[in-house]
Amino acid sequence: MSAPVSVSLLVNGEPIDAFVLPRLNLADFLRENLRLTGTHVGCEHGVCGACTVRLDGEIVRSCLMLAVQAQGASVETIEGLSDSGEIADLQAAFRERNALQCGYCTPGMLMTAQDLLKQMPVPDRQAIREHLSGNYCRCTGYQAIVDAVEATAKTRAGRPA
Amino acid sequence: MTVTRAPAETLSVLDRSNSYIGKTVPRPNLDRLLQGRGQYVSDLELPRMAHVVFLRSPYAHARIVAIDADAARRMSGVIAIVTGRELEAVITPWVGVLSHLKGLKSAPQHAIAVDRACWQGEAVAAIVATSRAAAEDAMEHVVVDYEELETVTDMRTALDPATPVIHSALGDNLAFERTLNAGDVDQALSDSEVVEADFVFGRHTGVTLEPRAVVADWNAAEARLTIYQGTQAPHMVQNIAALHLGLREAQVRVVCKDVGGSFGIKVHIYADEMATYALSKLLRRPIKFVADRVESFNTDIHARDHRCRGRIGVKPDGTITAFEIDDLTGIGPYSMYPRTSAIEANQVVNLVGGPYVTANYRARARVVFQNKNVMCQYRAVGHPIACSVTEGLVDLAAAKIGMDPVEIRRRNLIPDDAYPCASPSGMKFEQLSHHASLAKLLQMMDYDALRAEQAALRARNIHRGIGIASFIEVTNPSAAFYGVGGAKISSQDGVAVRLDAQGSVICQTSITEQGQGSESLTAQIVGSVLGVSMDRVRVTLGDTDNTPYGGGTWASRGAGIGGEAALQAAKALRQNILDVAAAILQSTPAGLDIVNNSIVNAVDGAPRIELNELARIVYFRPDTLPPGVQPELMATRHFVPRQYPFAFTNGVQASWLEVDTETGFVTLLKHWVVEDCGTIINPQLVDEQIRGGVVQGLGAALFEKCIYDERGQLTNANMADYLVPMSGEMPDIEIGHVVSPTQETELGAKGAGEAGTAGAAAAVANAVNDALRPFGATITEIPLTPQVILTALGRI
Repeated sequence: MSAPVSVSLLVNGEPIDAFVLPRLNLADFLRENLRLTGTHVGCEHGVCGACTVRLDGEIVRSCLMLAVQAQGASVETIEGLSDSGEIADLQAAFRERNALQCGYCTPGMLMTAQDLLKQMPVPDRQAIREHLSGNYCRCTGYQAIVDAVEATAKTRAGRPA
Repeated sequence: MTVTRAPAETLSVLDRSNSYIGKTVPRPNLDRLLQGRGQYVSDLELPRMAHVVFLRSPYAHARIVAIDADAARRMSGVIAIVTGRELEAVITPWVGVLSHLKGLKSAPQHAIAVDRACWQGEAVAAIVATSRAAAEDAMEHVVVDYEELETVTDMRTALDPATPVIHSALGDNLAFERTLNAGDVDQALSDSEVVEADFVFGRHTGVTLEPRAVVADWNAAEARLTIYQGTQAPHMVQNIAALHLGLREAQVRVVCKDVGGSFGIKVHIYADEMATYALSKLLRRPIKFVADRVESFNTDIHARDHRCRGRIGVKPDGTITAFEIDDLTGIGPYSMYPRTSAIEANQVVNLVGGPYVTANYRARARVVFQNKNVMCQYRAVGHPIACSVTEGLVDLAAAKIGMDPVEIRRRNLIPDDAYPCASPSGMKFEQLSHHASLAKLLQMMDYDALRAEQAALRARNIHRGIGIASFIEVTNPSAAFYGVGGAKISSQDGVAVRLDAQGSVICQTSITEQGQGSESLTAQIVGSVLGVSMDRVRVTLGDTDNTPYGGGTWASRGAGIGGEAALQAAKALRQNILDVAAAILQSTPAGLDIVNNSIVNAVDGAPRIELNELARIVYFRPDTLPPGVQPELMATRHFVPRQYPFAFTNGVQASWLEVDTETGFVTLLKHWVVEDCGTIINPQLVDEQIRGGVVQGLGAALFEKCIYDERGQLTNANMADYLVPMSGEMPDIEIGHVVSPTQETELGAKGAGEAGTAGAAAAVANAVNDALRPFGATITEIPLTPQVILTALGRI
């Protein structure tokens, strides 16, 4: 399995230097090395979206990336977005609408929804459904999630810039 | 959401001012999950914790000739490699039978296979290492010499004399058979038009987003095992683990924090979980097992693999004269433990024809063994089969006599004033509302306008269909479900409520939370009854050391049973608080009330003393209380239904969809549900349970199927090939309610967790057939894949 190699990156704004096995994926690195367990592992083959994180501003499946590929990058997880307050309104909308049940998909769902809202200020319901269609939720049936994202978009659009 | 409800005749504790009952309030503690601060078992790490992975049989049926782990044992990080034979010293095998399912048989199942593997995915060795990766590396070097055996895969030939018997000691491959004969079916059919069809249901599974996960921590110094597990039934796990590890229940603690989805998948005892408990005891350290997705598909219980021949008799005036079914299901090589794998077929027999007055009913159900993954109870157990068969037959009967599908239901559904009554299979109905529900559904969907739209679009070669499905649902199960059959699965639940020293409330309940809102409904009930605001109620659940004994959350029982226990416990505490308040205030308990965290005068609501002040006096200045007053600011109550074995609910669903007759693709346009779960504690939570349940049923209707080849190999054990509903394909779902509270409890709540799943596939299948009627095609198979639809249309 070859020897550990060094990797340096920013995680939620904090500089991290670590030695990792080259085969370690980013999801496991975040969860096991950094104890950032808000990034969840559901399928480990890039289908379910539970491990979605932001890498240099783009959302990626952290189970499909090696930790060493994040060399020099800035990675943001649900813990970072929560602590900064960036998605506080979206989280509040999820809470009000009960847009989560077991909560396991929720960090990835929030990451993906925030990505949409940054790209498209007022998406319609179909656009929301399309953008979230790579994030699996077994509990809600999705409607409450779509409602919460739609409500957040409308609130943000009505807010003075 | 829209609600139809008769005005209550008398006010109860639930109608108090500031009541949370019937109100949408956000679930407590959601921020934890929203900020990624949940505590799922897969997140857990303990000192000295090791990881186990299981080497699983690549064959559906094989003799294990030899296992050579010498090379693997020498690899870096490896702690132990353990075979089934070695683990037998620590844990005993089990047999998944219940005595009230007469004739049900199964073979002893081991935590790890001994001598023989009976399905592709059965564990044959455990590899324990310092990390999961190290264990997986070592697993590659464990060499197993298998002798492949003949497999039994097709349930239709499992009972043929030429088919090998999987467990020779059992004599044949028949696990269970039940027959029922009510009324005179032959006479009824001889006087009627008869329609029959073969209904085929794809084997599917739960696909919880968090796979099954367990950390077992045997502390040899305490002689105590702590099991951290995502389970719906902690006390059941405690009982089973103790029984098979040779421990007393007091030596086992089960802790269950956040659970990443359950749906019945996590209400069973799996062999690999038992092996993990045993490995911890054997190795005297914490052991963690987290299934990967391939393991989940190969070992999480599957469900619904049924083939059911159905017949219906109908008169020209629409009167349904008889139902008859012959159901066959294949459950894998073992009956699951401890709930058994005969329950689904048994439910099918119980439920077919259930919404209708028809008295003539004959049924046979056979449950057979096969070399595939085990099958067992998954959300709405048996209901989707029974509902699809019943409602499919009713639509076929309507088509046969040229009657509208709504009209035939109107003429045959049990009248709303006919209760209490019983079904031909002996199910007792306290109060259902089929007709009110159907009327409400038609109004919500604007049935006549949809029919007109459908006709107009057909002229443009656009083929849309409307499907209706009435259903009944088993909720609030009494001991009749499992206890009478000898399983130590509690049907009662308990709640302990206490006032703390600052006037807040701590509530411990034996029901569990997997996202349904158990914590919220408990807090809503306790807060309402006590007169305490919800932000002052903290609920503890999922810990056998710190909750009363009880069943947990499954079979739509949390609100109806656990909720009633919470109500009664809160009433008792309220009385105790008022007794103390009366002593402090030199008043009488009847002259006082608790409103908004304060003791007030019952008559004029004038504030007398705040609860935090009362608590301060009780806990810190009891010397100031009158002599002889001993406050009890904690109360515990338990509840179990006794009058009805099950609190049946009912409802009706409708699907509006479009079939592309060129490609076979189905587009779901809209879905409606009207449901009657009695008292609604939190409308939003009820509606979201129904929506989630519907979408699970829609997955079964259109996408989900575990595809096995003839050698018993699961060929689509990953999320790219096994399709689940995603947001892009799902419709908006509109929900309405009729409210018929059960009189058996003061709360009046029945269950709502499985109603959505019960009828969704039936509504979709009926809608597809409605859309295809101009083509003369009828499909009675799910999932309704493009291939199935194009085949029925004769295009491929």
